[in-house]
Amino acid sequence: MPKKGRPPFDGELLQGTLDLLILKTLAIGPAHGHTIAHAIARGSDEVLQVEHGSLYPALHRIEDRGWIASFWGTSENNRRARYYRLTPAGRRQLAHQTSRWDALVTAINRIVRPASDGNV
Amino acid sequence: VSWRRFFRRGRWDAERAAELESYLQIEIDEQIARGLTADDARHAALRKLGNTTYIREEIYEMNTIGWFEWLQRDLRHGLRLLRLNPAFAAVALLSLTLGIGANTALFQLIDAVTLSALPLPSPEALVEVRIAPSAGGRSGSFRTRRPLITEPQWREVRAAGFSSFSGLAGWGVTTLDLSSGGESRIANAMWVSGEFFDTVGVRPAAGRLIGPADDVRGCGAPGVVLSHRFWQREYGGAADAVGRDIRLDGRPLPIVGVAAKSFFGLEVGRSFDVAVPICAQPLLQPQQAAIDQRSVWWLAIIGRLAPGVSTEEATAELEGRSAPIFAATVDPDYIKETAEGYLAFKLQAVEAWRGFSGLRTEYDEPLRLLLGIAGLVLLIACANLANLLLARATAREREIAVRLAIGASRRRIVSQLLAESLLLAGIGALAGFGLARVLSQALVALLASDGTPLYLAFETNWRVLGFTTALAITTCLVFGLVPAIRATRTSPETVMRAHGRGLTASRERFTLRRALVVGQMAVSLVLVAGSLLFARSFSRLAHVDAGFDPDPVLRVDLDLRPAGVQSDQLLTYYARVIERLRAVPGVVSASYADIIPMTGSGWNQRVVVDGERKDGTVYVNRVSPAYFETMQTPIVAGRDVSERDTVPTPAVAIVNDLFAEKYFGGGQVLGRRFQFAAGPNDTPVTYEVVGRVPNTKYYELREEFLPIVYLAAGQDTGPLPFQSVLLRASGEPGALRASVTSAMAEVHPSIRLTFAEYGEEVRNTLLRDRLMATLSGGFAILAIVLAAVGLYGLMAYTVARRRGEIGIRAALGATRGRIARMVARETGWLVAIGVVAGLGLTVLATRAASALLFDLSPSDPLSIAAAVVILASAAAVAVLAPTWRATRLSPVRALREE
Repeated sequence: MPKKGRPPFDGELLQGTLDLLILKTLAIGPAHGHTIAHAIARGSDEVLQVEHGSLYPALHRIEDRGWIASFWGTSENNRRARYYRLTPAGRRQLAHQTSRWDALVTAINRIVRPASDGNV
Repeated sequence: VSWRRFFRRGRWDAERAAELESYLQIEIDEQIARGLTADDARHAALRKLGNTTYIREEIYEMNTIGWFEWLQRDLRHGLRLLRLNPAFAAVALLSLTLGIGANTALFQLIDAVTLSALPLPSPEALVEVRIAPSAGGRSGSFRTRRPLITEPQWREVRAAGFSSFSGLAGWGVTTLDLSSGGESRIANAMWVSGEFFDTVGVRPAAGRLIGPADDVRGCGAPGVVLSHRFWQREYGGAADAVGRDIRLDGRPLPIVGVAAKSFFGLEVGRSFDVAVPICAQPLLQPQQAAIDQRSVWWLAIIGRLAPGVSTEEATAELEGRSAPIFAATVDPDYIKETAEGYLAFKLQAVEAWRGFSGLRTEYDEPLRLLLGIAGLVLLIACANLANLLLARATAREREIAVRLAIGASRRRIVSQLLAESLLLAGIGALAGFGLARVLSQALVALLASDGTPLYLAFETNWRVLGFTTALAITTCLVFGLVPAIRATRTSPETVMRAHGRGLTASRERFTLRRALVVGQMAVSLVLVAGSLLFARSFSRLAHVDAGFDPDPVLRVDLDLRPAGVQSDQLLTYYARVIERLRAVPGVVSASYADIIPMTGSGWNQRVVVDGERKDGTVYVNRVSPAYFETMQTPIVAGRDVSERDTVPTPAVAIVNDLFAEKYFGGGQVLGRRFQFAAGPNDTPVTYEVVGRVPNTKYYELREEFLPIVYLAAGQDTGPLPFQSVLLRASGEPGALRASVTSAMAEVHPSIRLTFAEYGEEVRNTLLRDRLMATLSGGFAILAIVLAAVGLYGLMAYTVARRRGEIGIRAALGATRGRIARMVARETGWLVAIGVVAGLGLTVLATRAASALLFDLSPSDPLSIAAAVVILASAAAVAVLAPTWRATRLSPVRALREE
């Protein structure tokens, strides 16, 4: 049975990152999908453009793990929209993923920029 | 993936659709705010969002369970296809239902009779304690169905205190009369020792059960226990039945309790009505001494092994301590050889978890054979289904090719086609399971007769369910897998290029279809030949000359005990009874006999001629005057016994031809003398032969004739107060019942009577053979119909496929006869190959049935030849329609369609 839904390897790396970005965005307060995409784009100076094709499956997956919860609400311009908020489990996960991200960045930097360590 | 999510996947999808829609609206609003027109805004938003269906699908896939989703979809698809082809669905489901139903019903019966444990706690610990098989040593009077031990033996075994058992109990069976005079109402009674219910582990449903305190020597009228079934039937389950009295053989005994509902006794196929302590035997049957009698065999012993003790260990203990038990109970009247054999007896323990059953020994082989036959019928039905599916696969060749071409995997298509057959098998199994419940009841009705009602508790247990499930899965694979795999093997381009007219690939499939039909023919031949063998065997048995004519004869069992006739008055009393019965209108002749042939009882002796003990056993009967007239057996020499043959006159005997040949060399027998071998304390009586009769059957129709000697009833020195009377009627024997009952009431109002139609009883001894003949015949008809349908389908298909060719032939001047011959030749080949293969199979298969056949070789040429003729005729009928269609084919239309 072919697994059609599984993205390629580099997407997978991104996937974990996308989860972290979503959680971080929601740590500020509840938001709907549109706002989340915008917030990520704006926060990264438009470097990270979230594909909507990935956003919604990611939201679904994170919700399924119990890190976020959703409810229907009314948007800024009076539209019905589905809002997401962080659950306590999600908050713990955010802390965990953040520290993992830091460790990862440090580790990668140690290899990519050994000279900048000032050990000369 | 969790099942919870799986079942909520539809709702989730709706949620996501709504969410994506709301996102779209928000985006559109934003675009409009940036100054785009409504239309442009919508397009821009859609572009940004991308393929929403793809997003939804991705989320849906996260929630679903792939194979299950597919299965569900395939099943729904299959159901739609079935609904679109009602004729196909009907034929397929009907054959499957019949096939699976018949198989399950037979299996259920086999399960109930031979595989099920008694519904008792830890049945595996139950064993029967009995005398190990040995040569000789058992002599005397054997009563009822399980005459394994005597009462003195039971007392010794109980007193021995074997450590291998946590409980030992004596039990026996008998029938007792519930009426108080006139026509009897029989209750199946069970003698039980005080330990019985405790040992087997039964609890009361009401009141209490019989305990050790109830079964004490000389107990008089002790309490009895009813079976739950009897309590419901006779007392409507009334709670106050406990404490009332029940009349058994005219004596009131108090009811102390009712046994648990599930307990039917220890005999599979029968149910007891009332359990009576063994100590009540002298009270209920005062004329048949059994307690303390060393040569009256009427009990059996059931035991429960102590924890951790094996059957072998128990046997070892029993064997080691057998000698004193038999030394203490040997009958001093036994002749020397018998006594020696008796003292050498060893006790053994035999596992008894399945209970006891005469059915098991008698019907085990026939039922297994029938199950095999039913299995073959199912196989033929499967071949038909496979054929139908192959034909359908050919019709769907294009569809499948297209799907393969646009990227469907072969596995996916095979699984879809398999799902369809799974659906058929599933529905067929369900319907078959329902049908089996009806069929097994019908089978039970077929096996039961008036004299021996059959009681079987059918449970739907894991064995029966497992059997049906396995059957369904196997049939599904057998008829579904091959067509499915074949259907996907053809490469798409071949099919597409051939414009739906299958050429190379479908020829291969066509060969398979031919092979299936040939197989059906072969298997049908086996079944038809087998059923003919059984039918011929049964017909031979039914026409065996028994040496007497049991029709129309009424058998009346008289019980004079309630009339209180003195022993020395019995013979004159019987003479009066016969006189009175002879006067009843419609009675042609009346007489009585100790042994009514072919009803199960017998009496045998060794013969001494001129002081020399002869080899072999002779079979004895004691008859009143006119017995041979009633049975319509001619007296070929000498005279009948008469009223003048009484105790003081010289003892007389009538012998049959075989007796005369064996012991008197076949010459003049009248006036010759013989004695029976006697024990040390008996004085032998010398009998003088006064008549000679032809050979007659004694125990059963199958037997070789036995040497029989008839003694005179008037010279019986120990007549019993019950006797079987035979009345030859001028018309319907059953019609005599009322007048016989009132005639007997005139003699004495409390005489008890039981009626049976003797001809029916004799025919019932052939129940097993009739069952085999009827059922195998039914299955053979089913098989031949299925095979004919298969052949018809194949030939109809062939003709349709060769329309063009036949059209061209007709156009070129082939006559109708030629075309008909062409179709006939093809059919002929198929049938011929099928018959040859079938003959080989038949010779192998019918050997399994040889033990059940009477006076018939399993390769009886007549039966096999007839089977070939029947099969060929069925085949001829089956191809009639396709042949006719072929000859009527209009060349113009056939060619235009090309």
